[in-house]
Amino acid sequence: MKTLQTSVRIALRALRVNRTRSALTMLGIIIGVAAVIAMVGVGSGATERIQDEIQSIGSNLIIVLPGSINSNGVRLGSGGVATLTDEDAKALATECPSIALAAPAVRGGVQIVYGNNNWATTVQGVTPDYLTLRDYTMSSGQFFTTQDVDAAAKSAVLGQTVVDNLFGDANPVGQVVIVKNVPFTVSGVLTPKGQSPTGQDQDDVVLLPISTARQKVLGANKANAKAVGSVMIQAISPEAMDDAMQETETLLRERHRILPGLDDDFTIRNLTEVFAAQETSARVMAILLGAIASVSLVVGGIGIMNIMLVSVTERTREIGLRLAIGAKQKHILSQFLVEAVTLSLVGGMIGIVVGVTASVLISHFADWSTDISGLSVVASFLFSGMVGVFFGYYPARKAAFLNPIEALRYE
Amino acid sequence: MPPVIKIQNLVKDFHLGEVPVHVLKGVSFDIERGEFVAIMGPSGSGKSTLMNILGCLDTPSSGRYWLDDISVEELESDDLAEIRSKKIGFVFQQFNLLARTTATENVELPLLYTETPGAERHRRALEALRAVGLAGREGHQPSQLSGGQQQRVAIARSLVNNPSIILADEPTGALDSRMGLEIMAIFQRLNREQGITMIVVTHDPDIANYANRTLHLKDGWLQEDERIAHPRDARLDALELSEPAAAANAVGGAA
Repeated sequence: MKTLQTSVRIALRALRVNRTRSALTMLGIIIGVAAVIAMVGVGSGATERIQDEIQSIGSNLIIVLPGSINSNGVRLGSGGVATLTDEDAKALATECPSIALAAPAVRGGVQIVYGNNNWATTVQGVTPDYLTLRDYTMSSGQFFTTQDVDAAAKSAVLGQTVVDNLFGDANPVGQVVIVKNVPFTVSGVLTPKGQSPTGQDQDDVVLLPISTARQKVLGANKANAKAVGSVMIQAISPEAMDDAMQETETLLRERHRILPGLDDDFTIRNLTEVFAAQETSARVMAILLGAIASVSLVVGGIGIMNIMLVSVTERTREIGLRLAIGAKQKHILSQFLVEAVTLSLVGGMIGIVVGVTASVLISHFADWSTDISGLSVVASFLFSGMVGVFFGYYPARKAAFLNPIEALRYE
Repeated sequence: MPPVIKIQNLVKDFHLGEVPVHVLKGVSFDIERGEFVAIMGPSGSGKSTLMNILGCLDTPSSGRYWLDDISVEELESDDLAEIRSKKIGFVFQQFNLLARTTATENVELPLLYTETPGAERHRRALEALRAVGLAGREGHQPSQLSGGQQQRVAIARSLVNNPSIILADEPTGALDSRMGLEIMAIFQRLNREQGITMIVVTHDPDIANYANRTLHLKDGWLQEDERIAHPRDARLDALELSEPAAAANAVGGAA
């Protein structure tokens, strides 16, 4: 302990004597640490934004679309044929143990009118389960009830974008809007969700009871009055996703009487998985950025080693003198090691300040969300200390094992 | 009282090529406490090697060496460092002061390795600087001091650990003759007043005149062990040199 204290004192004295060189050596580490912090900040900011978007669509979601049927050799895409019905949705919700909720939905584009304002938007005919399933909450008013659905009530729930465009700052709850010449009473407004992972505005929507939507707004499918555009399913847990998909397929094949060997007349998609892939790619990007920045930290370390080697050669006589007047090898070793570690740690601290400042500036001017984690700050500080030890050890060892007689004679 | 240095049959070989070079071929002598010894010899006589061994910077190939009754020829490098730290003060031809470091800090240097507390380090450094007549220059850096003053800082540094011996390797070699005499005067005073054992390695017979014993080395052997009953007084000689009138008289008298 005493030795270390002595070494720190001697090392700090030596660094102070060579101020310019110490500062230049530190520059490499400063840039390295700053780059790591800023890059990791940018990367994890991006990951976080995607995670928020994924959260916004709801969790453990599976979507079932009708269609994908082979009709006289022509294969139609998803949604091409109306094969899913309200009953399918009900059966899925009641008969499958891995499924918590199943909400049928129909959708279509409409022009919605209030007073002398109008707005083109998407109408979704849904059941109250849809609210739970998509993690929607109400910012004002009420969602329509199951009774409203059964009675085909003319009530509507608006997204914030629609409210902004039709009502401005006025309170829409209780007002009457016109959709396809049908008056609807606004029963509530959804809490804004922002963008979906695919970049759609999730607040530009009008939710109606599915029965009303089919009968009065979108028009029922002529072949099948019970047809729905999609069924959204929520599994009971993330682990139950695969089971839920399997149960859905089995049940729907059974209900649609599809013989073994024939294609499904529906398509099942795991929504969470699709968006998780985006998250993974963002995370890979973040790791990549951090890794590239770490390379500059290693280069900074090599800079320290370079300067320390020069310093050992330049101070050979000094080392010889120190050995002659009673320094032990451990004193010399720790002196040079402490010099290197001090350079890298002080550089690391300045680098943290520069890095944090840089990412604040990036998020401010480039409007790019950055996220400085305490972990990345601590980790890069420790890493810079390790760089100092690793690259300082070889020069320090070289200094400690100098022969005092030859070192004293060195010109 | 045992001698401060006792060496017996000291041999040092170097193996540079295939043929070993015998630098010291069996040197024996004692140095008593309080002696002022000059080790003389032409280059190649082995005096530097002897000095390195006496200073515990090197170990002999064979033979015995006791410093203050401690047998040092078989010690490991850390133990040798310990001996150097506690028992030996070094003065070099090139001073070897740390640049851009004050006189006080330079003198404190040996105390850093004996883990002396800061306040005491400072006190002893100032005391040593006073002993070599550098009071008032404590904050000066080597570049602000003359050669003679730098060598005096180096002497203060060698004194600060209260060593048993001070080993000086050509201490006047880089100085003009007047400054050289001043350095020798300091050595004589430290030797006389504080009883410090002085060993000066030199090739200059004039410098050897100030010691009370001269060991002549030649070709790795101790050729002559000469005791001088009345060595010259370096302080008087320095005074004489600095006063042109006295110097002129001396020259006139000689003619």
